[in-house]
Amino acid sequence: MTALSDPPKEGFRLGMLIYDSRYRSMTIQVAALVGFIALAIWLVSNTAANLAALDKSLGFGFLMEPAGYDINQTLLEYSSRDTHLRASLLGLLNTLLVAAMGCITATIVGVIIGVLRLSHNWLVARLMTVYVELFRNVPVLLWIVLIMAVSIETLPQPRDFRGDNPAATMKVFDSVAVTNRGLYVPEPLFSRSLGNTHLLGESSLRFDVSNDLIVILIALFGGIYAAHRVRVRADRIQAQTGLRPTTWWQRLGLITGPTIVVLIALGFHLGYPALKGFNFSGGTYMRNSLLALWLALSLYTAAFIAEIVRSGINAISKGQSEAAAALGLRQRRIMSLVILPQAMRVIIPPLISQYLNLTKNSSLAIAVGYMDITGTLGGITLNQTGRELETIMMLMLVYLGISLSISFVMNWYNDRVKLKER
Amino acid sequence: MKTESYVRTEMLGEKSPPATTVGLIGWVRENLFNGWFNSILSVLSALALFFVLEDILPWIWRGTWTGTSLQNCREVIQATYGEGVTAACWSVIGDRYHQLLFGFYPSELYWRPILAFVGLLVALSPVLFTSMPRKFLWFSAVYPFLCFWLLWGGSVWLPLSALAGFVLGYLAFGSVGKAAGNLAAVIAAILVPVLWWLFLAGNVASGLESFIPLELQHVESAKFGGFMLSVTIGVTGIALSLPIGILLALGRQSDLLILKSMCVGFIEFIRGVPLITLLFVASTLLNIFLPPGTQFDIILRVIIMVTLFASAYMAEVIRGGLAALPKGQYEAADSLGLDYWQAQRLIIMPQALKISIPSIVSTFIGLFKDTTLVSIIALLDPIGMSNTIRSDTDWNGIVWELYGFTAMIFFIFCFSMSRYSMYLERKLQTGHR
Repeated sequence: MTALSDPPKEGFRLGMLIYDSRYRSMTIQVAALVGFIALAIWLVSNTAANLAALDKSLGFGFLMEPAGYDINQTLLEYSSRDTHLRASLLGLLNTLLVAAMGCITATIVGVIIGVLRLSHNWLVARLMTVYVELFRNVPVLLWIVLIMAVSIETLPQPRDFRGDNPAATMKVFDSVAVTNRGLYVPEPLFSRSLGNTHLLGESSLRFDVSNDLIVILIALFGGIYAAHRVRVRADRIQAQTGLRPTTWWQRLGLITGPTIVVLIALGFHLGYPALKGFNFSGGTYMRNSLLALWLALSLYTAAFIAEIVRSGINAISKGQSEAAAALGLRQRRIMSLVILPQAMRVIIPPLISQYLNLTKNSSLAIAVGYMDITGTLGGITLNQTGRELETIMMLMLVYLGISLSISFVMNWYNDRVKLKER
Repeated sequence: MKTESYVRTEMLGEKSPPATTVGLIGWVRENLFNGWFNSILSVLSALALFFVLEDILPWIWRGTWTGTSLQNCREVIQATYGEGVTAACWSVIGDRYHQLLFGFYPSELYWRPILAFVGLLVALSPVLFTSMPRKFLWFSAVYPFLCFWLLWGGSVWLPLSALAGFVLGYLAFGSVGKAAGNLAAVIAAILVPVLWWLFLAGNVASGLESFIPLELQHVESAKFGGFMLSVTIGVTGIALSLPIGILLALGRQSDLLILKSMCVGFIEFIRGVPLITLLFVASTLLNIFLPPGTQFDIILRVIIMVTLFASAYMAEVIRGGLAALPKGQYEAADSLGLDYWQAQRLIIMPQALKISIPSIVSTFIGLFKDTTLVSIIALLDPIGMSNTIRSDTDWNGIVWELYGFTAMIFFIFCFSMSRYSMYLERKLQTGHR
């Protein structure tokens, strides 16, 4: 072995590519890149050969062909004469619908359970532990199919509501019908409606926007903004004089007032579902597949969120709440001003990944026949057109896009609340 | 001087604390009725618990194990307890438990999956509990091949020749390492087995088979089902995803730009798509990506995809462990003169893995639960099997008994995994807090 003190030899030898640490990393990377490119070429050539053998060509023209199948729960109008692209779009909207609903309920339920699990009340804490362990340790797909099966087998059929002495009655002041086909709830109607704005003509992406909704939203957000201004002013007065004016009734009025005025002006009323023949009509119809998926995803994810909330609150050292108590803060303000803002920093990153998981798990809709994007693009469209490669690639890209945008938004929020370090 | 007669000279005995603060009453006051809010909560949850249990317990208890169909079973219950009483029809479990456990595996061969499962427990024991004899580790190393042979059957020489590849690799590593240094040894240890598997193993196996025929009855993958399928996919995925995940995490942490971006791309892509799309790839696309005419087993394809999926998550979990390690540990390893792999093996990984045990185990649990998704691509795992049973006219309409049984078995598996992770954490706890 040569002594370490030998001066490095001049010139470049081939062996240095491997044994000299200056070049070795480059060698490894080039080798990896070559391997990767070779793998890619191999895969692509295999694919080309296989497609040629099957007499298929790569192309997305099929998206513009009529889909020819129905979607049982749609957010926009759709008929089976519409294109595959529109069917996929509606599937995507269904995915987003169930994901958004799921995220909201999972967060609410999860936070409640997480906090209750920390309760000093022995019984409540134990019950919540049972809930968390029960939902975490059983597959979400099982919960989905179980809830679906239970709703089909045990809930009354629409025809049970018929007759003078019906076997089933509607709930909540005769306004909600719970049936084994789904849930019928009252729908908002406007007797002096402003109509709809039709956008994007006759293309596959066309959609209607309700003018009523826009007006209501403008009134609501205007009210919220005005209430915010009132609060800012109250803060300023408090900072100057030390006395805080009572503003809660002003703010309440500003938030609810304009919206109520607009609702009255539009002639807002509820349309109740009513039994017509063998089924209900009127009202908003939520299929039991949507409900089963929503419920199962929310309850399942809530168990994980509960654990995240619990560990987030536990992560705040006891000294923080003691210090806050020493400052004379009351229990509720200790929670809202000291504990929660710090706990949020711990909670948010894993919460983001739970939202992502929920969105991805919503693809299990296919097991209960809810037509999300996996059911439309990755299900029926795939089977009808026989274009596995294109549809599955599009499906993956769509989910990738959703995941990346959720994590982008949540990371942006996380950056805002995270500890500002110098 | 006068003695102060009011000063007590002897001590009084200790009084017992008030009855309301000790014993059962004290505990109840402290833990259940501590303030009006807690009292309301306690009463409400006790009521809820009571109503739920009042419904469930008689339903379970009165359940019948006799009856050949749902109809029949309900008649038996009505006859025993009178009109309008509902109770569980456990007879569906008695009737179909073998399908829930083994799918359509030939019933005269049930001893093989059972033996494989017992073998799994034996093979896992030295890995999970350090108090077990170390010699068992040899069995753990051989077990995958044994398990493959037991489950799928066929010639014993096929798994043996696959095993021989690893032995050859090990021998090549040793012999070349002495002669030509570390790097050459690594290359040889990869090349020799690959060449063996590609060109020689098949011939050798068939040659030996014609020489000494030693085979079990072959069972095709389509017959697999129930928990046997879940455990097969789950355990294989778990065993493979950990090492791949470690490599991916190291790649993502490394300074090599190209390697790093490949790992990041892979991890982010896999984590961004649902498992079900990967399973679609397994069931419809994988054959398109491979050389024309390649046909390989659907279970194997699913295992590949599940493993890739889990290893991306595993990589992120381990990266968290790596990031949590103080930089001083890396520098200390460098200053000891350890090279990269030595440092990883002796200093970094043991600590990083220890930190990430809880998350690693929850990834395992997640993977095991995710095996149920194969029911969507028409494999008969417990959920797929339940659907099959429910579509049978005999058991059409049965819900709670079937899914409850399945859920219970999943619960046992997953809950014991999470308990094990807590035990492991406690055992490896070396810090003082």
